[in-house]
Amino acid sequence: MDRVPVLRLGGLLLVSIQVDLEDSTALALQEDLSQAVVATGARGVLIDISGLEIVDSFVGRMLSTIAAVSRVLDAETVVVGMRPAVAITLVELGLDLAGVRTALDVERGMRVLGSTTAPRADGLPLAR
Amino acid sequence: MSARGGGDEVPIAADADVVRVRQLVRARAQAAGLGLVDLTKVVTAASELARNTLVHGGGGTARVEAVAGTTAGGRPRSGVRAVFVDAGPGIPDVRAALQDGWSSGTGLGLGLSGARRLVDEFDLTSGVGSGTRVVVVKWGR
Repeated sequence: MDRVPVLRLGGLLLVSIQVDLEDSTALALQEDLSQAVVATGARGVLIDISGLEIVDSFVGRMLSTIAAVSRVLDAETVVVGMRPAVAITLVELGLDLAGVRTALDVERGMRVLGSTTAPRADGLPLAR
Repeated sequence: MSARGGGDEVPIAADADVVRVRQLVRARAQAAGLGLVDLTKVVTAASELARNTLVHGGGGTARVEAVAGTTAGGRPRSGVRAVFVDAGPGIPDVRAALQDGWSSGTGLGLGLSGARRLVDEFDLTSGVGSGTRVVVVKWGR
């Protein structure tokens, strides 16, 4: 099974999905990300899906779950890079990605996260 | 409508097979000249149906083939057809299963109804104890 790498960039976690996701890979990413949020104290999660040729109900649910779990762990999630054909298909499929913030590209996504995620007020370093 | 050339039949027995079905449908849809949006729709529908076959049907097969036909105006057109077959428990109430929100409990309830919206032709036959067969067709424009 492939594993999607989770990169740390300052106070953010960065994920770029570049493989045709098997369901088990999607579930592993969900777990890896929530563990990484806690381990690094990240305030933001940026997920780049520009490499995804489709988003079906399973991957859509994964994105919603990641956003919800991150929020509970005090981190904001932004999904960026959705292809137009994927967006059209998602809407027709009936998925609305409830609770998921989106931005057109990585740069805009970083700006969204930068404006909503201040460093943690406890003054502790981000890494352990 | 007629099938053209030998299609591919692949087993659906594991996660990786769902990915393989997506890739097969993509290749056939591309060969049939479908545009990017139609191609994305039919690959997404195939992904939902292949997962249904795996998760709810206990595994089965997918057959993917090119088809040729004519439009209502008599113009020739080509498309892709995918047939999903399992020998699972079957669906007791097919009409209910095609409603948005109907779910066996593990998903969002969009698999069947969503897949139907994404294709041009959709046919589902199922009986309790006799498995499920879903045929979808997407035409190029």
